Amino acid sequence: MTKVYEDHRDALPGPDNITREVLPNGITILARSNFNNPSLTIRGYLISGSLFDPADKLGLSYLTANGLMTGTATNDFQSLYNEIESVGARLGFSAGTLSTSFSAHCLSEDLDLMLSLIADSLRSPTFPEREFNRQKMQMLTGLAIRAQDTNAMAALLFDQTVYAGHPYENPDEGFIETVQNIEREDLIHFYQRTFGPQGLTIAIVGAVEPKRAVDAIKSALGDWQNPAQESLPDLPPLAPITETVRKGISIPGKSQADIVMGCQGPDRLSPDYFPLRIGNNILGEFGMMGRLGKSVREDAGLAYYAYSSLSASLGPGAWEMIAGVNTSNIEQAIDLITDQARQFVAKPVQAEELADSKSNFLGRMPLLLESNGGVAVSLLNIERFNLGLDYFLKYPQMIESVTSDDILESSRKYLDPDKLAIAVAGP
Amino acid sequence: MTDQTHFDSLPNGLTIHLKEIHTAPLISSWVWYKVGSRNERRPTTGVSHWVEHMQFKGTEKYPAGQLDREISRMGGVWNAMTYLDWTTYFQTLPAYAADLSLSLEADRMVNSRFDPQEVELERTVIISEREGNENQPQFLLGEAIQAAGFDQHPYQYEVIGEKEDLKTMSRDDLYGHYKRYYNPGNAVLAIAGDFETQAMLDKITEAFGAIPGTTLSDSEVPGEPPMDGERRVSIAGPGQTSYVQIAYRAPSASDLDFFSLTVLDSLLTGPSSLNMFGSGGTTNKTSRLYRALVEGEIAVSCFGALQATHDPYLYSLNLTVHPHHTPDDVLQAVDDELKKVLDSPVSSDQIARAIKQAKALFAYSSENISNQAFWLGYTEMFAEYDWFENYINHLSKVTPEDVLRTAREYLTPENRVVGFYTPEESQN
Repeated sequence: MTKVYEDHRDALPGPDNITREVLPNGITILARSNFNNPSLTIRGYLISGSLFDPADKLGLSYLTANGLMTGTATNDFQSLYNEIESVGARLGFSAGTLSTSFSAHCLSEDLDLMLSLIADSLRSPTFPEREFNRQKMQMLTGLAIRAQDTNAMAALLFDQTVYAGHPYENPDEGFIETVQNIEREDLIHFYQRTFGPQGLTIAIVGAVEPKRAVDAIKSALGDWQNPAQESLPDLPPLAPITETVRKGISIPGKSQADIVMGCQGPDRLSPDYFPLRIGNNILGEFGMMGRLGKSVREDAGLAYYAYSSLSASLGPGAWEMIAGVNTSNIEQAIDLITDQARQFVAKPVQAEELADSKSNFLGRMPLLLESNGGVAVSLLNIERFNLGLDYFLKYPQMIESVTSDDILESSRKYLDPDKLAIAVAGP
Repeated sequence: MTDQTHFDSLPNGLTIHLKEIHTAPLISSWVWYKVGSRNERRPTTGVSHWVEHMQFKGTEKYPAGQLDREISRMGGVWNAMTYLDWTTYFQTLPAYAADLSLSLEADRMVNSRFDPQEVELERTVIISEREGNENQPQFLLGEAIQAAGFDQHPYQYEVIGEKEDLKTMSRDDLYGHYKRYYNPGNAVLAIAGDFETQAMLDKITEAFGAIPGTTLSDSEVPGEPPMDGERRVSIAGPGQTSYVQIAYRAPSASDLDFFSLTVLDSLLTGPSSLNMFGSGGTTNKTSRLYRALVEGEIAVSCFGALQATHDPYLYSLNLTVHPHHTPDDVLQAVDDELKKVLDSPVSSDQIARAIKQAKALFAYSSENISNQAFWLGYTEMFAEYDWFENYINHLSKVTPEDVLRTAREYLTPENRVVGFYTPEESQN
């Protein structure tokens, strides 16, 4: 099933149609044109994130990213948003663990305006006191809402279990008590030491010639320097899970409980990555949520959703199996999911399942790459993980080469049904 | 090849909208049925949504699971949605798979099994879906607002249905609903993507032409008298956060007032994206309610919801209350802000800005094929297709006087339900 892939090969992002340029100050630009629509997408990331947060001020990176657009040397909050919203555009910054990302969407005629606002927010934020206090209160309210969200709390508890003792156990948004510790001066200091052009990557995809996009970015950000910019801290090793650990949190008054269970996973560049991507697809993604969907939803009727997901970036990843069920069905759901995990590492996936899944990975490429946003995200991933501009051209081979033995072997390295992290949040 | 939409129909009543788009080797195919919670009553509320679930449970030709597999193998996506006025099924697939899409939709239009055992398994799945919704305070508040907002019209029920009804509904209730509403005379087939129109029409005729169609009368849906004064609902639940929803009876989408209210909504709470899939939309930081309430630190967030519906529904203002304030403070601040649009006309510049925003969002909405195909059929559920084509044109004609008149007609206390969700602790 590579027909559609082959038919579409010339339209895939590749060395012939991606422009890549690295500026002297460390900024990498990726550009690809698409004139089918008058809009364009600008996405990027820089090397700042919650990994830099002090333990007693978790959430600092998150608040800093939120504060970038609250006031700059040339715009106050209202004038900045007025520029954006008046042309129906969108711009936002958000902090993750290893990076802070930005995303903009606009008509191509507004490219220069959007780049000037991105540069303004990145280069000269002033973090006005009043806006800071308001953002902080909004964030505290958000955390109070999170505490009532079974889905979010199960995910948080799972991270604390699977990444115990590692920085990845911390939520990017922090906790109420750590956010309360954060002051405006902390944002300024955090900004000064982590924001800069080194490692900044920008992708522009849409109705603009690549050269024009590159020139516009050079003009907006080419002379940005920050000699004080720090590098990402080294990640410590992660202690393995030695026995099944189950944690629960009670949120009274709710109707449904959420379960997140699973194990540690590989980093994005591990040779286990592709076998596990395909393995995960078979376990809890393919069709109506794979084997887990069949067992928990279709056969047992226990849940509206029961699926799995593999997250892999730099450092350790996680392989999660997730379901939302009535409280009276928690134990049955955990048993069913554990059974599926046990079967998954007991014997190789069937040849038919493997063929189906591979076909899915290749067939969905045109759909994933249909929108400017989808292409921009893919270009950023290519850069972040150094996958090469010919990644999409090599992709079929990487998928096709995975065998059922590869999946079994890789799965057994990570997934042990007797050594699971299990988190439950519900009434 | 054409950039135009082709409109057609079959003798059995199937309405057809086709649009060739040759930018990617994909098609997006949607079948829309004019049935949703608008057509429901107690004790079978939620029946349309449940029928939608059963449509994935197989036919003789395509047993359950087979299509999941075939479509996933192609890398395609398929899903379905049920709402107030409609139920829709879509596939976005490689273009060469158009035949499969037509074949499966024609088949399940009439041949779904509704196996009793599958019905029972799906009962618990849907109750689980509902319980997931019940975990969200905004769902509980929205449900109470809908119930208070209508005395006669079925818009008073949540699409997912009352829990009591989900527990007791029978297989025959479901099958009867399916047999009544699923036929070509009550359906719109909309396809956008990489195909040739005439060849696609031939395929459609082959797939759907032999299915008998009937046109359904719309007289079964009761009208709703005007509201006789402000109504209030209050919900107490878990958490530390209070929410306010203020819902005004709104015009239907085919009413020209709908466009004035769209402009008004844009001024009050920011422009709304037309997109169902993919990127789009903008923020609402410069909107009037954001400036007055969020910057004023009375609320921590706000958004408006104006929905295009067949019959007059609700336009709602939704606010999350600032921890240092009360729902009453929020209501007062909203009323203070509304007073400005009720007292005097807004400026032409503000209307022009709202229209520019709408144009940008409109451009984003055509960025991918699934969105384009969505719009091909969606508007038929509450108006005619030209509603979409004339959308910007209608907005452009809105005057300051229209906005003032619309505000005075709809945004009055007598025409609304005010709902508060407050933490249980503060109720004691």
